[in-house]
Amino acid sequence: MTSRLPITKTPKCYVGGAFIRSESARTYAIREGEFVANIPQCTRKDVRNAVESAAKAGPGWQKRSGYNRGQILYRLGEMLEARKAELADAVSLGSNKTGNPTKEVEATLDRILYYAGWTDKYEQLLGSVNPVAAPFFNFTVTEPTGICGVIAPDDSPLLALLSLILPIITSGNVVVALASETRPYPAILLGEILATSDLPGGTVNLLTGFRKEILPTIATHEHIRGISAVANPDERKLLHTAAADSVKRVHTLPSESPHDWLTAQSLQAIANFIEFKTVWHPIGA
Amino acid sequence: MKTSTTKPAASRPSRASRSRGPSARELIFGDLWEFDPAPETADPHIRSSYGLFINGKFSPARKGGSFPSISPGNEKKLTYLALADATDVDAAYSAASKAYEKVWSKLPGNERGKFLYRIARLLQDRAREFAVAESLDGGKPIKESRDFDVPTAAAHFFYHAGWADKLDHLAPGRQVAPYGVVGQVIPWNFPLLMLAWKIAPALAAGNCIVIKPAETTSITALKLCEVFQEAGLPPGVVNVVTGAGETGAAVMSHPLASKVAFTGSTEVGKAIMRSLAGTGKKMTMELGGKAANIVFEDAPLGQAVEGIINGIFFNQGHVCCAGSRLLVQESIADDMLTRLKLRMQSLRVGDPLDKNTDIGAINSKEQLTRISELVKSGVAEGAELYQTPCRLPSKGFYFPPSIFSKVTQSHRIAREEIFGPVLSILTFRTPEEAIEKANNTAYGLSAGVWTDKGSRILKMASQLKAGVVWANTYNKFDPSSPFGGYKESGFGREGGRQGLLDYCKLL
Repeated sequence: MTSRLPITKTPKCYVGGAFIRSESARTYAIREGEFVANIPQCTRKDVRNAVESAAKAGPGWQKRSGYNRGQILYRLGEMLEARKAELADAVSLGSNKTGNPTKEVEATLDRILYYAGWTDKYEQLLGSVNPVAAPFFNFTVTEPTGICGVIAPDDSPLLALLSLILPIITSGNVVVALASETRPYPAILLGEILATSDLPGGTVNLLTGFRKEILPTIATHEHIRGISAVANPDERKLLHTAAADSVKRVHTLPSESPHDWLTAQSLQAIANFIEFKTVWHPIGA
Repeated sequence: MKTSTTKPAASRPSRASRSRGPSARELIFGDLWEFDPAPETADPHIRSSYGLFINGKFSPARKGGSFPSISPGNEKKLTYLALADATDVDAAYSAASKAYEKVWSKLPGNERGKFLYRIARLLQDRAREFAVAESLDGGKPIKESRDFDVPTAAAHFFYHAGWADKLDHLAPGRQVAPYGVVGQVIPWNFPLLMLAWKIAPALAAGNCIVIKPAETTSITALKLCEVFQEAGLPPGVVNVVTGAGETGAAVMSHPLASKVAFTGSTEVGKAIMRSLAGTGKKMTMELGGKAANIVFEDAPLGQAVEGIINGIFFNQGHVCCAGSRLLVQESIADDMLTRLKLRMQSLRVGDPLDKNTDIGAINSKEQLTRISELVKSGVAEGAELYQTPCRLPSKGFYFPPSIFSKVTQSHRIAREEIFGPVLSILTFRTPEEAIEKANNTAYGLSAGVWTDKGSRILKMASQLKAGVVWANTYNKFDPSSPFGGYKESGFGREGGRQGLLDYCKLL
């Protein structure tokens, strides 16, 4: 009797709450010695579609209360916890057996919890009531910047990707993210996990493909209002130059120096993609 | 008193009658009585020429270049300013860098704060002199420079002085440090105030500065350098270089500037962003605006009229957050237009130094040309222009207060920043339409909302894509209140804890 042949998975990207292949029908193979899977090689058209999905999801996600966003992120943690082993395998793909995949997955879980806890707290620390020298009630609140692009590094393909995405969605932004080009498989699984969390479709859109094809479109798309990227010097120059055309908020980390993703969490990461709104009203009868 | 024959004088006008037309008596006397001139006569103490302020001393430009600065109110020459080139800017940065390393970074915060307190006080001492210099040099009415620009500039120094030894409380859970040397370029609409907005927080945070005022309005910046000397501010902590665009580009791109802050047009802001791409320099940008001022039918219309007039004619409309697009609910649009026309007739345009002047001189000939050109386009595109029949002085740059009705969203006057005393009026029916129209712009600096309904104010305020929302008021500013834009109006804030943090590195 021959052993049972397992059903292999067709990797798909996660856009607008649905699983898609690239509109171009292109794929690229990832191998670990032997063939592992064909990954969608997304195009600029896929980026534009993802931005459209994000734009539809944006107002709804922003309107949710901090408490509700916190519970949804916590639910994401619950879903991820259940697939730890599978994720660790995905993280080890292409790692040349370096690093500690289990540790990376556990750190990712803790990161989700960290930002889940911030959703209904950052406002009190970043906003203010301003003591103006005239009879006005004057306060400053935060609002999300809008649609943000994320360019993830190849190192720590799960932890880094989520460390970039989480602070952005914590405040009600929506994301179009490009996963690691060489180690995309954790992002494929992350899409499935996002789909079973309560995160509304379109809030986080995950694309796979070649950086040199996708990055310029994310850099120049006018509806993308902010970019968080790990990038090399040429890419950083491109991102900042293109950002000028529509005055995007760009925050980059150099890909040429190593980052300690295990500690990469902060209130500042949330503050990078919010806008301050100051409101004045007279005080009188 | 036409209306008094038809109804008893004691009865309050009903809502219906209010919406038909203004109930206020028309106190317009035409040419019957003229105001006597009431010029402010304090001596502005403007020198015949100014050097660059580098390392605590005034010195001529290295190549000896200079250019005249004129008064836009009468086109008379006020002084000559030194024209800084790249080598002068370089000298300014060397001085700033040395001052930072040797002196400023070594001072404890409370000592830095004392210098800022001194500057605030010395500026208050010479407030009237500065106000006259500001109005002469920039063209704004003396009542604005006297009652707003100069006192608010002093307030900025006073407010930030107190922060200098409290930076530990600025960012939750984080220590902060200064950037070192920062480069700043400011525009001509609030020359002294904008200088204070830029300098006070940067110094409080512990930075040293190279700053370039606008070429048409540098005099009060250089006069403030005298104050720095009197205050004993260590040489090199603040350096002021004068010149036009090329000088500004040198200030923005200098390698010793670890952070730059720019206030000006969106076009120039974008060019700076491009030129600094890849350098890793920290930036803040305060750029243009095309604010919507939204008036609902339940608004207190009398107050709204004052707010609209202030929103667009304050400082001749040379205000990046000017309420240049008036959105009026359709049911009160005709009434509002009548009221505005009436109110505009009592605006006095003329000599900036006259205490009765409401609208002074346009800052420069170039700006006057640009305003005229945009107003022509408004007429050509089919909007209806109303200008008050006022006499303009024969010398100097003046433009009559103007409003356009029947404006559509595609008109240039509804899309482009005019930066002049020109209001474009559009209408809306529902709050949703108002939001849609208000947000239909690449800018997002400010907005106004006028309504008596509190819940509507909060809803509108949350949906307007703008960094500052004035509800039942307009054009209010305070050092403790963060100011800055959404979208293409820039990023970063000025004022308050949030603004100060933009001059600090997180450790």
